[in-house]
Amino acid sequence: MTSAYLELIRIRFLMMLAYRVNYYSGILVYAINIGAYYFTWKAIYGNAETLAGFTAGQMTTYVAVSWMARAFYFNNLDREIANEIRDGSVAVQMTRPYNYLLVKMMQGFGEGIFRLALFMVPGMILACLIFPVQLPTDPVRWALFFVMIWFSFLINSQLNILTGLFAFFVENNEGMMRMKRVAVDLLSGVIVPMAFFPRWFESVLQWTPFPAITYLPSSVFTGRMSGAEAWQALLVQAVWFAVLIVPILAMWRASRRRLFVQGG
Amino acid sequence: MNGWSFHLSLFKEYVGNYLKTKLTYRADFWVEVMSDLLFSAMNLVFIFVVFQHTPSLAGWSRAEVVFVYGYFMIPYGVFGTFFNLWNFGERYIAKGEMDRVLTRPAHSLAQVLLENVDPPSMIGSFVGLAIMISAWSTLGLPFHLYDPFVLLIFVAGSVLIYAGIYMTLAAISFYSDAPTGIIPLMFNIQSYGRYPVQIYNKGIRFLLTWVLPFAFVGVYPASFFLQSHGDWTMPLLTPIVGIVFWTIGLTIWNRGVKRYRGAGS
Repeated sequence: MTSAYLELIRIRFLMMLAYRVNYYSGILVYAINIGAYYFTWKAIYGNAETLAGFTAGQMTTYVAVSWMARAFYFNNLDREIANEIRDGSVAVQMTRPYNYLLVKMMQGFGEGIFRLALFMVPGMILACLIFPVQLPTDPVRWALFFVMIWFSFLINSQLNILTGLFAFFVENNEGMMRMKRVAVDLLSGVIVPMAFFPRWFESVLQWTPFPAITYLPSSVFTGRMSGAEAWQALLVQAVWFAVLIVPILAMWRASRRRLFVQGG
Repeated sequence: MNGWSFHLSLFKEYVGNYLKTKLTYRADFWVEVMSDLLFSAMNLVFIFVVFQHTPSLAGWSRAEVVFVYGYFMIPYGVFGTFFNLWNFGERYIAKGEMDRVLTRPAHSLAQVLLENVDPPSMIGSFVGLAIMISAWSTLGLPFHLYDPFVLLIFVAGSVLIYAGIYMTLAAISFYSDAPTGIIPLMFNIQSYGRYPVQIYNKGIRFLLTWVLPFAFVGVYPASFFLQSHGDWTMPLLTPIVGIVFWTIGLTIWNRGVKRYRGAGS
């Protein structure tokens, strides 16, 4: 059974590889976005040395690494699931001797490995050439960062699966999927690090899974969090990963009871 | 019947058809409106959050940056409504629909644009106008009788710039297998126009002014109304740059259509 799941990872990876040309321009798009925010943050800092605990140099690194982490963890599992529910092919998938949600997760892994190797890594090299990014020198920090973006990927995929499964309950969950995308970009810290939000909002945000996607790994990478704080950030991610399994399973159970497929 | 009124009557018909199909799926219409606005809302949240940490952005106050953003939304909405060319290469060239377009009596570009008119984008323009007006009163700017006319001309100029650039990109598919990534690339570059150009370095500023003049879809024309940034040279260039880029785009399009030999098969 495990080999079947591994095979799914391999197939998705190869499929992504076939369309790799589409991602070359994606690297440029990300570089352009990093540029837009790099210049904006530079102007925001002006003569200030630190804002919300970030030095200007850390902020540049933060912007670059956050966008590149996004290049890795981003996927369209929500749209894929919603489409399969809407066109009814999910029914066929359910009759097969594997777990549909695990299949989706494996396909996500395949895409993730592709994105890491052919999108994030070259993108990060490009970003380091263009912008004054300060890479950490401590190998432990690097290792911790890679474990953390792995959790970012898991948590983001879990949110995608949750959003996708909503297609079982509403006729059109397009709006919800777009809202989720904006919410993840804004609240996870790609656009604004959590520390910049007003104090009351920050304390609300701490109780959501969003900061675990970008803010925590990027803060560790830039050196804003280190030592015990960094390990605690990893723990927060692991807890969110575990907690999010509950609503997914609950929704999956409820949706199997609801499913009826039109036509034939 | 002359060309203009002919195309105008076609426009009415196509919008009528659009409304009929969309009224069947009302929820989709609002979903599209909402997601357009969400993106702007995210950018506005960004502006409000960062201005809690700094009084000014390269000499621009919060209300001024919001004002510029409000202006930025107006031509963008108009452009999104009338120049919906995102999937031109795929739908019309790769799938061969261009052959059908060429048999129609309307100008080929007009026909393509009419088939893709997208009214929900227009809501963004109205929201942008509202944001601009509210920032206008926050800043206590004087109101001149000529301001609405100037605004109209500037918005027209900005729309022509967008139109010219995206027409050129769409027309590339007539000459070669269009690289699919180029439109998303442009889409991301244009977001540089929503903030004051003063924050960028010289090279990017030059690029945004003369090569891909996205500074003219936001900050330059908007600064006409802001007294503290009152150099009028750049704002007044907006309609001229608009006409130049529109002419370039239309020329490339028309030549491309002449070269077009169909998708074969």
